[in-house]
Amino acid sequence: MSKRQASLRALRAAFPHTIPILTGFGFLGITYGIFMSAQGFSALYPFLISLTVFGGSLQFIAVNLLLDAFNPIQAFAVSLMIQARHLFYGIAMLDRYKNTGWKKPYLIFGLCDESFSINYTAKIPEGVDRGWFMFWVTLLNQTYWVIGSAVGGIAGNFIPFNTEGIDFVMTAMFVVILIEQLKKEKRPYTALIGLVASLICLVAFGADSFLIPAMLIIILALTAGRRFIEPSLDMGEPFGGESL
Amino acid sequence: MTVTQQIITVLMCVLATVLTRALPFLVFSSKKPTPKFVRYLGAALPAAIFAMLVVYCLKNVSILSGSHGIPEAVAICAVVGVHLWKKNTLLSILSGTVIYMLLVQLVF
Repeated sequence: MSKRQASLRALRAAFPHTIPILTGFGFLGITYGIFMSAQGFSALYPFLISLTVFGGSLQFIAVNLLLDAFNPIQAFAVSLMIQARHLFYGIAMLDRYKNTGWKKPYLIFGLCDESFSINYTAKIPEGVDRGWFMFWVTLLNQTYWVIGSAVGGIAGNFIPFNTEGIDFVMTAMFVVILIEQLKKEKRPYTALIGLVASLICLVAFGADSFLIPAMLIIILALTAGRRFIEPSLDMGEPFGGESL
Repeated sequence: MTVTQQIITVLMCVLATVLTRALPFLVFSSKKPTPKFVRYLGAALPAAIFAMLVVYCLKNVSILSGSHGIPEAVAICAVVGVHLWKKNTLLSILSGTVIYMLLVQLVF
């Protein structure tokens, strides 16, 4: 079988797995683009950011970071915390990404929640090249996201209704992800730590600078309370799925 | 923010994202078990961070003035309710956002 045939066969096997992501990323990507447009950014912004960052939660937060005062250290620290879960996707994929050649750097770059959960769980049919399959899943997912973002960014200029309040889509998204995370824990200790630490720091440091102290307190509290918290966590599966 | 500052901010997001995605391939091996504390943080951080991000989204809401955070509270209840009822992520996000937009545009 030639390289081209192997690649096409893998594409045919991969595409059906990505159809749910097509609708999900299509919807959220368009919303993201409209949201950026409503905040005064041209369509080039969502397009380029989706191409380079490729991480839904962070990209929504990044819109606010771009509107706040310039603070690259906060941007870096917040990004690390939001994206920390990817560490565990990488660990889970150590073996699976072996011997994928030139595709490996892109597979790692595009290791978002959705690509992880497909590539981690999909039963790749006999005779289909594993590297190509995972490559197509990752590339298709990112394509849906980038196109959705750009379409939303352009459509944002022509929306015939008042978009005031559309920024709530970000709040709604994080509330849903939080509910899904809570389902994985027997007791909501970690969410409570996050909530209380953030509220205290919001009052103490103000809306513009509470994130870094909040994150420090969260790490400290999780470290100090490990003995109590760990039994309530699901440490088994590397938790893919709902978060974006 | 100037365009240069915007580019630096986005680059920080890119750098941190690539770092979290690539680090395991540089540091860990599939032969050796991952350090327990790293695994613990991986399981414990997400809910704490997403709780923080919900607070971040609401950071400019004032309980004492304006609409007193009522539209936000109603819309969040709607998101939670719809999500527990229908278990459909997109439906929950969509319905909460539409309710919020209607509230801030027509009621408050």
